[in-house]
Amino acid sequence: MDLLIQQVLGGLATGGIYACLALAVVMIYQAIDHFNFAQGEMATFSTFVCWQLIFWGMDYWLAFALTLILSFVAGVVIERVVFKPIHDAPVMSHVIVFIALFSVFNSVSGFIWDFTIKEMPSPFPKEPLFGNTYIGMHETGMVFVTVIMLCLIFAFFRYTKIGLAMRAAAANPDSARLVGVNVGWMLALGWGLAAAVGAVGGIMIAPMVFLDPNMMLGILLYGFAGAVVGGLTSPGGAVVGGFMVGVIENLMGTFVPFIGTQLKLSVALLLIVIVLLVRPAGLFGRVVVSRV
Amino acid sequence: MTRFKKLIVGATAMTALALTAGAANAAGKYDEGASDTEIKIGNTNPYSGPASSYAVIGKSIDAYFKEINDRGGINGRKLNFISLDDGYSPPKTKEQFRRLVEKEKVLFIFQSLGTPTNSAVHKYINRKKVPHLFVATGATKWGDPENYPWTMGYQPNYQTAGKIFGNYVLQNKPKGKIGILYQNDDYGKDYVIGMQLALGDKFDKMVIAQQSYETTDPTVDSQVVNLRASGADVFYNVAIPKFAAQGIKKVHDMGWKPLHLLNDVSASIPSTIKPAGFEKSQGILTAGYMMDPNDPQWTDHEEMVAWRAFMAKYQPKGDLSNLNNVYGWAVAHLMEQVLIQAGDDLTRANIMKQAASVKDFRVPGLLPGINANTSATDFYPLEQMQMQRFEGEGWVRFGEIISAGSGS
Amino acid sequence: MSSIEMITPAGAPRDVNPSEAYSLFGMKISTLNKLGILVFVIVALIVPLVVESYTIFQFTRAGILAIAIVGLNLLTGINGQFSLGHSAFFALGAYVTAIMIDQWEVAYIGTLVVSGVICFIAGFLFGLPALRLEGLYLALATFALAIATPQLLKYDLFEHWTGGVQGLDVFPPDWLDGDLNLYYFVFVMLMIAFATSYCLVHSRTGRAMIALRDNPLSAQTMGVNAPLYKSVTFGVSALFTGVAGSLDAIAIQYVAPDSFTFALAISLLVGLVIGGMGSIPGALFGGIFILFIPNLAEEVSKGLSWAVYGAFLILAVYVMPTGSAGLMRMAIGRFKKRIE
Repeated sequence: MDLLIQQVLGGLATGGIYACLALAVVMIYQAIDHFNFAQGEMATFSTFVCWQLIFWGMDYWLAFALTLILSFVAGVVIERVVFKPIHDAPVMSHVIVFIALFSVFNSVSGFIWDFTIKEMPSPFPKEPLFGNTYIGMHETGMVFVTVIMLCLIFAFFRYTKIGLAMRAAAANPDSARLVGVNVGWMLALGWGLAAAVGAVGGIMIAPMVFLDPNMMLGILLYGFAGAVVGGLTSPGGAVVGGFMVGVIENLMGTFVPFIGTQLKLSVALLLIVIVLLVRPAGLFGRVVVSRV
Repeated sequence: MTRFKKLIVGATAMTALALTAGAANAAGKYDEGASDTEIKIGNTNPYSGPASSYAVIGKSIDAYFKEINDRGGINGRKLNFISLDDGYSPPKTKEQFRRLVEKEKVLFIFQSLGTPTNSAVHKYINRKKVPHLFVATGATKWGDPENYPWTMGYQPNYQTAGKIFGNYVLQNKPKGKIGILYQNDDYGKDYVIGMQLALGDKFDKMVIAQQSYETTDPTVDSQVVNLRASGADVFYNVAIPKFAAQGIKKVHDMGWKPLHLLNDVSASIPSTIKPAGFEKSQGILTAGYMMDPNDPQWTDHEEMVAWRAFMAKYQPKGDLSNLNNVYGWAVAHLMEQVLIQAGDDLTRANIMKQAASVKDFRVPGLLPGINANTSATDFYPLEQMQMQRFEGEGWVRFGEIISAGSGS
Repeated sequence: MSSIEMITPAGAPRDVNPSEAYSLFGMKISTLNKLGILVFVIVALIVPLVVESYTIFQFTRAGILAIAIVGLNLLTGINGQFSLGHSAFFALGAYVTAIMIDQWEVAYIGTLVVSGVICFIAGFLFGLPALRLEGLYLALATFALAIATPQLLKYDLFEHWTGGVQGLDVFPPDWLDGDLNLYYFVFVMLMIAFATSYCLVHSRTGRAMIALRDNPLSAQTMGVNAPLYKSVTFGVSALFTGVAGSLDAIAIQYVAPDSFTFALAISLLVGLVIGGMGSIPGALFGGIFILFIPNLAEEVSKGLSWAVYGAFLILAVYVMPTGSAGLMRMAIGRFKKRIE
């Protein structure tokens, strides 16, 4: 029983990591209708920037805020500079540019900060909640931050004019232009926000897994799995999906003998496929019915 | 003589002169890649990809070879070190090896890194009869002169290390229950095999849980939880720095206090111990063979002083806390010794012969008392390790230097 | 939503029969094509005789990657199913060959056939659940497959056959031992792949595949059996890529789980797009690109080689948004306009 609790709570902890990334993924998807493969690497780069600022002596929260702003600006700039010229190019070309960005960010991170793991400080107190040994304070704090971010994003998209304009620009650029939405800048805004969300994710994740340029490599797939399971159109669903992936992964690895730890990734694959077969829009996504 | 005959005689004389001049000038005997002025050395390292943290080794070796060149080279010849990126991908390694041997025409390959990567070229390099020296991996298969006479390992192999751990448990905790965390690849499994060799038929009884992980896993917390739940009181931590550090942290935070055995690949203080936390790493045991530059007990040792001087001059931006910077510098010294021994006979066969004739050579940067030794039947230059315990902020050696010949 | 538009690559060839309306120098375009092919064949046959062994080896590998891309093109370029997991089929083909030679000493040609069949079945089976997945989701599922492949290859239960993490050495048959022999063999296989692919695309089946890509609803309304065609396409695509994998096993003479990571799947996709989606000859350009450009990037900067590679990719996309084939088409079109 104790083991079960441990693994579930542990799963929630790693699930929190996936949920963070899943949120960033859904964010960008809502904004630009594409998956950005470079999301993880951009988040890692942002985290390195934050780490560097703290290393130079800056206060944690100041560094945090500054990094968010820098990431936002970087996201906007990337969209305007790199993607504007190829707006009319086929979708696949966009994918190639995502891949290119992945390579560039990964390589530059490694070049500037090398590959030794670095310790990222945690803003949360060290003493675990109620002195328990199951789940640390940072993991708990991270879950809270994720939920807060989720609420902010939800509110933004649902209740603000700009959020509505962004969704319109992504869903139907032509109609949006007709009603006066500046589609180009909406896309840029979306990129900026996604970069900022990713940065928060990275800063939250790094204290748990240690910071190095390849930090997000494995997490990316699990984050995608979480987003898909929860539903790409639903930020809340993505977060729930992330937690689910974390818990299921741990439970299957522990209690199903022939899977063990050797096939955990395959389990993630299977999860994705099963959910997509049974309910393609994800558990909480909006089901789109197209009529002929 | 007719003019024609004169021409023939002249041409013949010139040719004869040229040939003998060539032969006479060769006070050295050379194979491809060597000449009076230079020795071409090939290398592959993962400068990109998941294993890029090891590329520091390639850079260190390059820096030390520069120092040798500044001193005038070896026997008057400069070293031309050609190091290519293989991204830790076996097909790429094969491609780069072929380029080094067939296009760049190096004399031999030195310190190529990685187990699957070197496996991909193992047969090729032996077919080509090019020395494949001091490969940067601890896998046991590199010391097989009978089947692969051109390949030689360097560091104490992982099975040796595993055996040392296994013997330690047998002697100090014979009723211990062992839980193993290992990376699911050659490196991880080799350590487990080493322990198996030491424990013999007690292995199944004593090892009650094994949990593997992949490098794509974000954390190993779940595995550690399972190991504890199995009732183990010995934790055998066979993980690379990132995951070993996670493991150390989790073990401590969980309140588990096992006998903690840490593999030497992750024993470096800045790579693993410091991120995990000094206070969480007290009492951890490892078996090592190198001096950790962060360990205060070595700061004033003459070899460390020499190393720091080297770093200041040739790698000023290099990380003085990174053990791999010592590793590269150290193994480059061994290569230097082999080349010095080879003298002017720079044929591949002689290089191999000299590599197999290293007697009690003091490789700087190794723990005192550990030396390099090879012979025609012993292709494992380093076979000694010593156990250490982490106390305070450094590793404290204890016990004797253990020599585990793992050919046996 | 736009998931349908997303997988329709603009710039891919829409007309299946090369139009007879254009002519250049009095020759019909189809004749120009034939001339181009002839020139290419002659060059390809002569080149290995004048370059060194190592370069022949590189060209051989580029050709092998081109075959894999031809396979991927059938699925993604022609049929519009976005696959990021073809490294799995490549690995499957390579391992089938390696295991058959290692365990049962089967003749190499035999392993090629078996590998093709097994990969077809595997592709078909994967294509069945993939029917329900569109665009992005399919990409994800296949991406997950690519990432899971090394882990599956290392799995203990299969270790007896696959050699686990140690991998397997592959011994080439005598008649393929040697760079020149292997090069010509791969060249022949590449020509077969091109020809088969071309015939497939220009047949009724091909038209059905293209129709399913461009407008699935209309296609189905016209009676095209979508599930059948899509799954078969998956199977055929996997077949080509698997055979390429088998060839690679002989070229490298070693297989290991680390040889088939998701980086390979991404490379194949890059090769496809840079070469030109929907273009069969473009696959060769793509293969050459993904083999040689990383080497070029390393020459430029060792520490930042992948950043340089990324820069090259972005440049390639800017210069040729529809791939090298698109660029060629544009160039010929402009040239033709100027002559008239």
